[in-house]
Amino acid sequence: MHPAPSIIAFTTLSGLGFGLMAWLGLGQIHGQGLVALAFSALALFLAGGGLLASLAHLGQPRRFLKAFSQWRSSWLSREAVLALATMAMFTLYAALWIAGLTLAPLGWLVTGLALATIFCTAMIYAQMRSVPRWRSPTTPTIFLLAALAGGALLSDAIPAAQILLAALLLVQALDWHLGARRLARSGTTLATATGLGALGRLRLFEPPHTGGNYLLLEMVHVVGRNHARKLRAMGLVLAALAPLVFSLVLPVGHLVGGIVLLSHLAGMLILRWLFFAEAEHVVGLYYGKR
Amino acid sequence: MTTLPSSTDRALGLVIDLDICVGCHACVTSCKEWNTSGAGAPLSDTDAYGGNPEGTYLNRVHSFEAVPDLGTPRLVHFPRSCLHCADAPCVTVCPTGASYKRTEDGIVLVNEDDCIGCGLCAWACPYGAREMDQVAGVMKKCTLCVDRIENVHIPEIDRVPACVRACPTGARHFGDLQDPESAVSKLVAAREGFDLMPEQRTRPVNKYLPPRPEIDLLAPLLEPVPVEQGGFLGWLDRTLARL
Repeated sequence: MHPAPSIIAFTTLSGLGFGLMAWLGLGQIHGQGLVALAFSALALFLAGGGLLASLAHLGQPRRFLKAFSQWRSSWLSREAVLALATMAMFTLYAALWIAGLTLAPLGWLVTGLALATIFCTAMIYAQMRSVPRWRSPTTPTIFLLAALAGGALLSDAIPAAQILLAALLLVQALDWHLGARRLARSGTTLATATGLGALGRLRLFEPPHTGGNYLLLEMVHVVGRNHARKLRAMGLVLAALAPLVFSLVLPVGHLVGGIVLLSHLAGMLILRWLFFAEAEHVVGLYYGKR
Repeated sequence: MTTLPSSTDRALGLVIDLDICVGCHACVTSCKEWNTSGAGAPLSDTDAYGGNPEGTYLNRVHSFEAVPDLGTPRLVHFPRSCLHCADAPCVTVCPTGASYKRTEDGIVLVNEDDCIGCGLCAWACPYGAREMDQVAGVMKKCTLCVDRIENVHIPEIDRVPACVRACPTGARHFGDLQDPESAVSKLVAAREGFDLMPEQRTRPVNKYLPPRPEIDLLAPLLEPVPVEQGGFLGWLDRTLARL
């Protein structure tokens, strides 16, 4: 799949923002006034910024309000509705918190809504039978772990962040291990795609068009996989291993915390890029490409 | 609504005969010609006369080579378009309600005025049946020529999808695949028509007919021509055969 910068920014930044909201809802940060204002603004900025980035992916962004209507059937619509509900509830919670009043049940509601939003974001991808690598419980698990780990790093919940980062490391490695076989296990081959398997071994003889098209642009992304191994290592080290090791051996103040957070964010951008670039859509079978 | 109807009154669709498709792409161009001038946005092309032409099409013809363990390879031309699936994954993912499946005839359509161009339906389709128009920013797909099949202003013979009308070999058939008495249903039953990617659980309406076994009508009637080798080698051959 084409790793569009707008979607990578959307899933990474809004994930981090909602992850931070989940921790703030649990009352992770003590203090009120300016401290509360700074953390609340950061969470809303990240979540809102990510959602704005997602608008850049739309062909008709001015019609985005229509995307709130189909929550009964569409994970994307559910994500939109929940994202807005989470941000609205969080704004209310944050306003009271800044003023000095912490409503714990409202905070728990924010945490629950934030987790549900992240889950819906992941399900947009995990629901796709046409992209076997995504269709796995590891997809929402990684999205939730990454968002919560980032939120924990941001909100100074260091012991929890260490556990979450270690879990992220393990689940991501497991996902890569299992993901390589998911296309084969899906049972979809050129033989089932054409129904011509009984005639012999199949290969594309003539493509339907000599130029490119939307399908090749969007679903078939071969170039980026050439350096997948190096990028996997870089992504995992920056996103999980380095923050984990640094936070264990160094006292986490503002400087170390900032470096650890930037490392995590850079690593997550690489991992999210790979999430799209490595995913093979079955339509590629018709083109003799994956 | 992007929830799928539990049942449809009819299941209109195509039956594509892979035995006689000659890969001429007439269905591709006639589809483009008809649908670029329909009610919705045109099917745009970019750099149409330049070095890197691209465009939006609702129908594409691939050509595959099948190589058997024994015998000669075989070329099969393979038209690919929307299959108007009963369990269409492209419909349920749509966040706006622009994608829908009609209850009366099962045709899967896009209301372009509601489409935000997110592209998720094209991702969900395993067959690559949907293409985003890069100029209009909305999703395009086969409409089964809804503006032809019920159009009383055109001659009755033209009230079939443009691809069916254009096919010079009659490799494309149009009808109600839910009615067991329809011509297309009988054709599918007689020729053992099949679904594409059944494991994707989309329950496609369109069916494909397999290529018939290749039969050479004249070869069995011909006596093998005896090749008599003369000279020394011929004598050696005959002598050794007698030993």
